[in-house]
Amino acid sequence: MSRYLRTLIIVLIVLGVLYGVDIVFHGRLISPYFARIAMLSGIAITLAVSLNLINGFTGQFSIGHAGFMAVGAYSSAYFSVNYGVRLAESLGGGSLGWMVSLFLATIVGAVCAGFAGLVVGVPSLRLKGDYLAIVTLGFGQIIVVFLNNIEAVGGARGYSGIPIVKSFFWIFLIAILTIVVVYNIVHSAFGRALISIREDELAAEAMGVNTTRYKVMAFVISSAMAGAGGVLLAHFDGYLNPKSFEFIKSFEILIMIILGGLGSIVGSVLGAIVLTILPEALRGFAEYRMVIYSLLLIILMITRPQGLLGGNNALKIWRARRRARSAAAKAQIVDAPAESSSDRNPTENPPGKEHA
Amino acid sequence: MASNKSTPQLSVLSPIITASRSRSLTRKFRAGLILWLVITFFSACERQPSSSNQPDRSLIKIGYYGDLSGPTFNFGESAKNGVLMAAEDINQAGGINGRRVDVVIEDDQGSPERAATRASKLIDQDKVIAVIAGGTSGNSRAGAPKAQVANIPLIAPSATDPAVTQIGDYVFRACFIDAFQGEVMAKFAVNTLKARKAAILLDFNSPYSRGLSDFFELSFTRLGGQIVDKQLYTISDGDYRGQLNSIRLAAPDVIYIPGYYGNVALIAKQARKIGITQPLLGGDGWDAPELWDLGGDSLNGSYISNHYSADDPSPPIQTFVREYKQRYGNLLPDAHAALAYDAMRVLIDAIQRAGTTEGPKLREALAQTKSFPGVTGIITINEERNAIKPAVVLQLQDRKYIYQETIQPETTAAAGASPTTAPNRAKKPK
Repeated sequence: MSRYLRTLIIVLIVLGVLYGVDIVFHGRLISPYFARIAMLSGIAITLAVSLNLINGFTGQFSIGHAGFMAVGAYSSAYFSVNYGVRLAESLGGGSLGWMVSLFLATIVGAVCAGFAGLVVGVPSLRLKGDYLAIVTLGFGQIIVVFLNNIEAVGGARGYSGIPIVKSFFWIFLIAILTIVVVYNIVHSAFGRALISIREDELAAEAMGVNTTRYKVMAFVISSAMAGAGGVLLAHFDGYLNPKSFEFIKSFEILIMIILGGLGSIVGSVLGAIVLTILPEALRGFAEYRMVIYSLLLIILMITRPQGLLGGNNALKIWRARRRARSAAAKAQIVDAPAESSSDRNPTENPPGKEHA
Repeated sequence: MASNKSTPQLSVLSPIITASRSRSLTRKFRAGLILWLVITFFSACERQPSSSNQPDRSLIKIGYYGDLSGPTFNFGESAKNGVLMAAEDINQAGGINGRRVDVVIEDDQGSPERAATRASKLIDQDKVIAVIAGGTSGNSRAGAPKAQVANIPLIAPSATDPAVTQIGDYVFRACFIDAFQGEVMAKFAVNTLKARKAAILLDFNSPYSRGLSDFFELSFTRLGGQIVDKQLYTISDGDYRGQLNSIRLAAPDVIYIPGYYGNVALIAKQARKIGITQPLLGGDGWDAPELWDLGGDSLNGSYISNHYSADDPSPPIQTFVREYKQRYGNLLPDAHAALAYDAMRVLIDAIQRAGTTEGPKLREALAQTKSFPGVTGIITINEERNAIKPAVVLQLQDRKYIYQETIQPETTAAAGASPTTAPNRAKKPK
């Protein structure tokens, strides 16, 4: 009982904090420009964490995340334009009405993107090797070509007139929801199956893991979350252009998780935030911006090939260090404990704390 | 454990994953690196507003965003040159009522999403009093709502998509829309070239090409002409002989090819090779220095519609061309530069007439712009905030655009065309 109570309290606190920040943003107490960047970071977090589920934890290589995002964005935009506006107005047109409408739009977008993930995933995930990369790359391109030619959603001119329903609250609620879902998946039997597939697919199969089934499930969940990210983007500016979902967008998300660390949720969050702020922060360098941006990525990949928080999660390092320190204190070892803990690989620690 | 992570299916990523954990770096260094990265980003981000938030009465801040990098960077670059030139001109003349004009420049990298962020930055951080949005229609459309909400006028010099100015009453444009261009060429073909039969070859994936083609067809048939053949291509095609042979058999008087220079040059070459001698007609998408390198002599005798002609002998145009060349290393100003120059001057004119930089009053003044003598023609802003102005027809001959005639807008039919039937001018091929 107390566990549920604790969860409930945490949920309420999170909602309260989000709502508080939302009010601050809404009251224009901070510059709308900063609010915009903060909200874009939130959308990036949703996308990065969802891609990490398939690329980082399951060890599959998907490079068409923007395609699923586009499916979610356009399907929800179509829904909002044709039904959402009427629905919100029939509910009084207040913020509650828009919330309900956006909630439904999010479901529509996520379901459509998840379905697209199923269609793409089922044939390509039965195979081992680079096929998923090729198929998702192709899917991303096909979606853009499709969107360029569907006049009902604006074609290449872009889709405008989408109701703008952006709130810090909703964007970060989805982001946190994504993180919680991915965290819980990874720390369940399902997640362990996924990790076993990443480590050695053949061995996993030998242990009775239905690899295709698990891969497809992870892929569909990841696509649906990408779709939810797309929904947020669609209702953010009220304007969509197929150009926004080209291959380069998929790569941006991929860079976020590689930079942050494959297989680390905290890393993806950090990568998403850093890569959203970076182009803004580097604006002062004008022409050298792209050079510096690329250089930073190269330096990072040389010094930390596993990403900022890949491999050794900061939390894990900290726990390991604390454990080592307390052990050292107990044993009353006079030698510097810092050294022993710094060289210590936390994965070699006795399992007790689960991998994060 | 870590070294076992490389599975065969990860061949692209495996170098990254399997690369050994760099033990050489101490934890402190790693923590320091992360801390440094984070601090750099945030401090760089924080520093911006303090330097730009002080309202300076002696300065008038005008924002510009466009694609200075990315696939169509030459659009944004030319427009930026035009804007800066107009700003320097007014500053040399003593500024606007004694206040200097300062242009804040932002690069949207050709992405609509970034364009919205940049517009937001210009308006909220730099507190500009007006925004000029260079580049393609898509990026203008993404940034315009920000200006509309903040009651800051935005002028898109070269956004020909009718939907751009429908975003709100603070959004203006300084060019004609695609519908008018199609109509201009149809008029020229019927009235000047005495053509009765025309064939169309269009890029069916490009809204620009489709828009021009639709309105050409409409006007041409209304003027008594007949479309004898219509063929399609896509931007990545390299061989057009199949379509061209079909057109040749239909024996038209003129062939309308509303595409971009990359495809058009190849089409012209192949058309001449299979014996098509009829004049080829096109739009402003042909206008690029690369056109001649790709197409060469096969382009001779073709006609295009454009926003202005650098060869036009009228003194204001020649002065503009001379000064632009002086300033930017003998570069010939293209239509984007001329339109942006005009947009900036229209804006300056409006500020002078309004006598204030307040958004609503400035908007009023802009909307009342009448018969402004621009480089790209006499500009009048109509009630839909579109620029009503003439188009020029140019003949292509030996690497030159020879000025033929100016076609005035006679009706508002073209300007008031519905957005569903008149798609925009999209990007040039990558």
